[in-house]
Parts: sequence; structure tokens; C-alpha cells
Amino acid sequence: MNTFAYFKERFEQLQPQEDQGGLDKLREHAFQAFSQMGIPGSKHEEWKYTRVAGLFNREFQLPADPLTGSISAEDLKRLRLPGHEQASEMVFVNGFYSFALSRIRSSGLQVLALEEAAKNGFRETVSKWLGDSGQYQKDGINALNTAFVHGAVFIHVDKEQHVEHPIYIYHITDARSVNILSQPRSLMFVNEGARLQVVENYATLGNNESFTNQVMEIIVDHEARLEYYKIQNDGPHTNQVSTTHIRQIGGCFTHTVTISLNGGLVRNNLNVVLDAKNCEAHLYGLYFQSGRSHIDNHTIVDNIKPNCLSNELYKGILNEQATGVFNGKIFVRQPAQKTNAYQSNKNILLSDSCSVNTKPQLEIFADDVKCTHGCTVGRLNEEGLFYLQSRGISEKTARNLLLSAYASDILEQIKPEPLRRYVEKLIHHRLEKDLS
Amino acid sequence: MKTELIQVKSRDAEDELSTIEKTVYSDYKYGFVTHIEADEAPKGLNEDVIRFISARKKEPQWMLEWRLKAYRHWLTMKTPEWANIKFPPINYQDIIYYSAPKQKINPKNLDEIDPELIRTFEKLGISLEEQKRLTGVAVDAVIDSVSIGTSFKGQLAELGIIFCSMSEAIQEHPDLIREHLGSVVPITDNYFSALNAAVFSDGSFCYIPKGVRCPMELSTYFRINAENTGQFERTLIVAEAGSYVSYLEGCTAPMRDENQLHAAVVELVAMEHAEIKYSTVQNWYPGDKQGRGGVYNFVTKRGICKGNHSKISWTQVETGSAITWKYPSVILKGDYSTGEFYSVAVTNNYQQADTGTKMMHLGKNTRSRIVSKGISAGFSNNSYRGLVHVSKNASNSRNFSQCDSLLLGDKCGAHTFPYIEVKNNTAVVEHEATTSKIGEDQIFYCNQRGIDTETAVALIINGFAKEVMNQLPMEFAVEAQKLLAISLEGSVG
Repeated sequence: MNTFAYFKERFEQLQPQEDQGGLDKLREHAFQAFSQMGIPGSKHEEWKYTRVAGLFNREFQLPADPLTGSISAEDLKRLRLPGHEQASEMVFVNGFYSFALSRIRSSGLQVLALEEAAKNGFRETVSKWLGDSGQYQKDGINALNTAFVHGAVFIHVDKEQHVEHPIYIYHITDARSVNILSQPRSLMFVNEGARLQVVENYATLGNNESFTNQVMEIIVDHEARLEYYKIQNDGPHTNQVSTTHIRQIGGCFTHTVTISLNGGLVRNNLNVVLDAKNCEAHLYGLYFQSGRSHIDNHTIVDNIKPNCLSNELYKGILNEQATGVFNGKIFVRQPAQKTNAYQSNKNILLSDSCSVNTKPQLEIFADDVKCTHGCTVGRLNEEGLFYLQSRGISEKTARNLLLSAYASDILEQIKPEPLRRYVEKLIHHRLEKDLS
Repeated sequence: MKTELIQVKSRDAEDELSTIEKTVYSDYKYGFVTHIEADEAPKGLNEDVIRFISARKKEPQWMLEWRLKAYRHWLTMKTPEWANIKFPPINYQDIIYYSAPKQKINPKNLDEIDPELIRTFEKLGISLEEQKRLTGVAVDAVIDSVSIGTSFKGQLAELGIIFCSMSEAIQEHPDLIREHLGSVVPITDNYFSALNAAVFSDGSFCYIPKGVRCPMELSTYFRINAENTGQFERTLIVAEAGSYVSYLEGCTAPMRDENQLHAAVVELVAMEHAEIKYSTVQNWYPGDKQGRGGVYNFVTKRGICKGNHSKISWTQVETGSAITWKYPSVILKGDYSTGEFYSVAVTNNYQQADTGTKMMHLGKNTRSRIVSKGISAGFSNNSYRGLVHVSKNASNSRNFSQCDSLLLGDKCGAHTFPYIEVKNNTAVVEHEATTSKIGEDQIFYCNQRGIDTETAVALIINGFAKEVMNQLPMEFAVEAQKLLAISLEGSVG
């Protein structure tokens, strides 16, 4: 069991180090918050349906050093996503950024160790934005990550840079000998007028359990355009709490797609803070879970400034004993007049022992707004199935067709071509397997 | 209900004020105090007070024990804090838990009731006399926790319908009470229901025997009169197999600076093929424009569709109270049972409402429908909080929820917290919500046709709430529509 004493001991080992541009203070502060809040139980409103405390009853090792050497080129090759030849690749191993394994191929992209960025050129940016997600994730899990900010990375996209090829970020957990708790952390700043595509992918090596508690904070400036993709297709012995926090500080555009296809307990926190006029944000998600996996998507769209638009669509397919959770919050603050915010969550339950808990939530303090949300839970359309079968299509194929069509709404939002084809193939295989 | 026009007071510095503020101020017209001698329990809450209440009501021993059990459990509980409302901690020792109008004997007919009381009800527009003659609604009036008169009792008795005050029912129908009281809302259910179970002083009891269709609307009118009192009434309605009843509830309170507490419990039991329709027009004193005073309304309402094919329908129009905390729920236990919830909640000034429903689908082929309309104006906050739960065995169950919010003014808030939990794949659950304001184009369209802005707003709001208003019985619909107009008078410029 991972007790508080264990974390305290590890924290004290980490802490007494040389000046780190204020990181040590941030950690100190976060650790205090962690000790106060602890691990959220089922009484915690945001964790009501996701028993994250159960994970802490198991024994996880929190590695102190990057074990980069353990990952061979062979290992990496298997994990690479299509299109990696041109893409910039960033590799985290057990939560530590590995300069040795990473390849930055695009110009205009600066990748630095967070400690270094905090001490030198980006001191202000780092001190201003690092830990911004803590305002929204008020729980011990987020604080735990911040308390161990170490081996983290800072990514800076220069002004007006149109980064042509996506950045692939691999989070590799080496659980070949023991259960591993890894806590990757990154901060990204997308400068004015820049364009960038980011893809995050997760993989666990070995058969021991892994638990990735990740936080990524992204600041997007005026007239920038960010596309963010998260692909989760790790084994049933892998668990994740993955926080992606996006703050739009100038009129800009963001587009996020979260695809969750497998895993043990998976929790995604996606925050989009619209902190400037004329921002636009699109949030898409697809979860397709079977076995005993648990997928939880919590999203927050916080409208702080006027004239913003957000559009959110999350679709789910649940099979076998899988459980799904969706919680979508839309806040519209009083100054955020003329906000348009849309949200929709759809779920299909394939088996009789899966379940879904969904909670679309609107909190609105401005009057000149248009906000809608909708959500549905049901099974495959019987009439559609019958129609196809009456035309000589087998039931299995008919189901496959209907579900593919259902998923395609989200898949077509994946803009990089090789990546989309890759995900489509994954879904195709899953449908073949699950429907047989 | 009288149809007098409410005068709109305009203020001095008209030009500087926005049209909204200029015309919001219409007054609460039920804010009078009736001077009636009252028999009160000492202030505060302890076991002796509960014994006092129980003794005053000449209750049997089991009832006292039930109360004490609830009280002891209440002591172990904490005030719930999850709702989207803010209020200073309530001092439960500063409340008078029992206040009864002094009456010498149990009235046999209306002539024996204190004329002052009758006048109170006339002011409220529910003259027992008038109601009796004209509308044929049987009224049970509860003032400061004690039932003061039930009309039409004889006529109902012929059909075997029992409609009386709760204290009378405890005396005369102990078996029924013991069987059903607390069966839907157990004493351990929540903080306020436990408090209610410990100190409730009266309420209405209604029993519809097998196969009887209640020929008239049954109605209760609640009023808090005395100062520093809390009102804790408890209503129990049991509809036996194949019966039908429509029940109305109305509430008002005098204007006072301090907050009054109202913690009621309503339990409904519907057997096979029975149908209960429960309508509420809640118009407790909402506090003044600065948010001082007003009633804290913490109410637990729950019905159970025990038998197959039974139906429970809640309709509520909430315009009053400083704080509303209320979630009329239906437990759909019987197969093919139906639950409905129609609600219009209006908040103005500094009112806070956190209201909604719970639909617990347990039986097969159960259906539920939720229509909630929230209107917020001024500095108020209006939340919808609902739960639709489909359990593993509730195959083919169906739910449709719709919650719309209308915002009038840019200082108010509208919130929705719908929880949807589905554990069965044959269930179909749909939820949709919208938030918007009254469109300028809509107002313009009306203006253009010679309808002034105020009337246009009333028109649009009535249209917005119509789906719910249509569910109210005739007698109430008219009243509710007027209430709506009054509560929001001038909220939009």
C-alpha cells in the first residue's frame, strides 16, 4: 500500500536540492496541499464514480531517477506511431523526460528541462503558468504530481511558427520488474500566431501494473492554433489520471480529440479556459471500452471573457463489464457575454453488465448567452439493424457498420492523416473482436 | 385568488437606473401577520421539547419513540453542504418547534373555527367557505404547524376516503400510519427529514381506498404565522390499488426580517394501477430586495410507485422562499410504473433555489419524464439538480429530461447538475438542456404589434413555462400564472 509516509519520505529525498527557479517552493506548497487533501474518496464530488483511492491500496514504486537506459531502441520502435519519420518525438520514461530518446525535428520548437527554463530565459512564463491546473483540479492527485515536479519539460513554440509535422509525445512506463507510479509533467507555451499539432500516446512495458498520473499545461496565445490528440490504448493493467489543461490567453483556436480504447482505470481531466475575447475551442472524445475497464472523462470549459465559442462532443461505446463516466462542466462567468457553448454526450451500451454515469453540468452567470447540452444513453438502433438485415447484411456486419458510423463523427476530427488511419484501424480491429 | 393589480413603484432617479431595476419592485402581498393567540413550546430543541409536542398531541407511545429515535439520529448528522446555496448556519436552538393557534375544542364545522383564522384564509384567497361552495376543493389548512380545519370531510368519508390532519390520523388510524409513515422517507434519510420526523407537529393524511377515484381535488394550505417558528409538517398520501387522487398544496408566510425555517416531508405511496398527482404552488415569503428575511425551504418529497402500472406525478411552481432545497422524487419500483416531474422555479432578487428531482428506475418497463423550467432574475441563483438512475434490472426503462433556463438580467445565475446513472443497456435515457435569455427579436416583434415590453415579457415567460402550467389543475393554473407574472414583474426592460 502506498501510504502517506511513503510519499513523504520520497518527497524529502527529492526536496533538498540546489536552486531550481522556484520549483522547490512550488513542490513544497503542493505537498502541503496533498497532505491536507489526501487521496479523494468516493465522497469527493469529482471522484464519485471513479475509485481512485483503490489504486493507492496497491504497492507502486515511485522512481527517483530516469531509468532511460532500460528502454532499448527495439522497445521504442514497437511503440512508435505512424508518421514518426517526420514528426518530432518526445519520450518520457517513468515520468521523466528523456533527452537521449527524443528527437526534435522541427525548427521553431524549443524543448528544455523545466528546471532550466525556470532558471533562465523562461523564468516568468514558468512561474506564471506552472501549476495553473491546480485552480481547477482541487484534489490530492493533482497536488501529488506537482509535489514531484522533477524531470519535467518545457516546450516553447516560437512566434508565427507553423510547425509542419506533429509532435508525438510517448509516455512509457517500464513496469517489467515492479509496479510503477509515474508522474510526467510538462508545460507548453504556444506563442502568437504559431501552429502546432500535439499527439500524446501511452505505453506500459511488462506485466506489472502501472499508474500514470500526468499533468500537461498548455498556454495558447493570440491567433495561435493548437490541435491536441490523446490516444489511450494501453493494457488492462495500466491506470491513468491524465490532466490536460489549456488556457487560451489571446483570441485563438484549439481543437482537442481524446480517444480512449483500453486501460484499467482511466481518468482524463480536460480543462479549456477561454481567457480572452474571440476564442474558439472544440473538444471531441471517443471512448470504446470492454473487459472491466473504467473510463472517466471530466471536461471543463470555463468562459471568462466575452464572444467565445465552444463545441463539445463526446461519444462512448461500452461493452462487457466496462464502466463509463462523463462529466462536462461549462462555466460562463458574468463578463462572458455573447458566449456560445454547446455540449453533447452520447453513449451506447452493448452488454447488459456495462454501465454509464453521465453528468453534463452548466453554471451560467451571464445572460446574453446560448448554452445547450444534451446527453443520451441507449443501445444500438433496432430499426437501423433491422433495415440492414432486411437487405441481406448479417447482424454482425450491420452492428459493425452502425458502430463505425457512430465513431466516425469523432474520428474525422483527427486531422493528421496517418494518425487517423491508425486509429481507424484500431477501432476496426476492436469491433471485429468485440462483436464476434 | 383575487386578481388585483400590483402597483409598480418607480424610484426617483429613474434615468440612472436600468429599466430592469426600475420596475422590479412589486411587493409580496401575503406578508400580513395574523394576531391569534398561540400555544407555543419553549424555544429550542431537546428531548423534552419533543416529549412536549408528543404530549400536546396526545400521541401514543410508539409515536414518541419514533420521534426520539429520529432526534437521536439527527444529532449524529451534519447539515448537507453539497447544494449550490449559501446561508449562515441555522441556530436550531433559536426556533420554536411547536406553535398552535389556541382553540378550545376540535371544530365540528367551520362555524366553530376562530373567526380571525377564517379571515386569514380569506386574505389568502382560500376562504374555506368560498372554496366549499364554489370550487368543490376539499381544503385542509395548516397554520403554524397545526391543522385548523378540513372541509368536505363528510362527503369524502362516504367514499371511504380519509382526509384529515396527521394528528387526527395518528389517533384514529394508527395502523395505517404505522404501516406507511417513514416507509418512503425513512427517519435516517437526510438531515432535514430526520429533524422533521423528530418535531413535526401536523400535516395532512390522505388515504384513498381500493378502486376509488377521488371526486375532487384535495388541498392543503400551509402558512407560517408566529414569529421565530419553524414549520415542520408531514404529509402522507396512500393510494390503494386502482385509485386516483389529485392533491394540491399552497404555502405563504408573513414578511419578517429574520429567516424562518420550513422543513417538511411529503410521502406518497401508490399501489397497483393507482395514480397520484401532487401539485404545489410554493409562495413562501422570499425576503426583501436586499435578501433579508425570507423562508428557508428545506423539503423532502418522495413518492414510491409500489405496484405495477402505478403513476406518480409531481408538478411544482416555485416562486417563493429565500432558499429552496427540494427534490421531489419517484421510486419506480413496480413494473410499468410512471414518474413525472414538471417544475417551474422562479428566483428574483437574492433568492436561491436548488431544486430538481430523482427518478429511481427499479422495475421493468418503467418510464419517467422530467420537464424543468428555471427562470432567474435580479441577483438570484437557480439550479436544477436531478438524478436519473436506471438499475440493473430495470429493463426497457425510458427517461426523457428537459431542463431549460431563462436568464433575465446579467447578475443572476442558472445552473444545471443532471446526474445520469445507467446500469442497463436496454434503457433509453435522454437529457437536454438549454440556457438563453429573452431574445430582443421576440420583444421587438411584440412591441411592433403594440404590446408593451412588460406584457411581452409576461407573455414570453408564460409561453416558456406553459408545458408545466398545463399540468396544473385548473384552480391552480390561474393562480400560478399570476404568481409568475408578479414575481417577475418588470424584470426585463
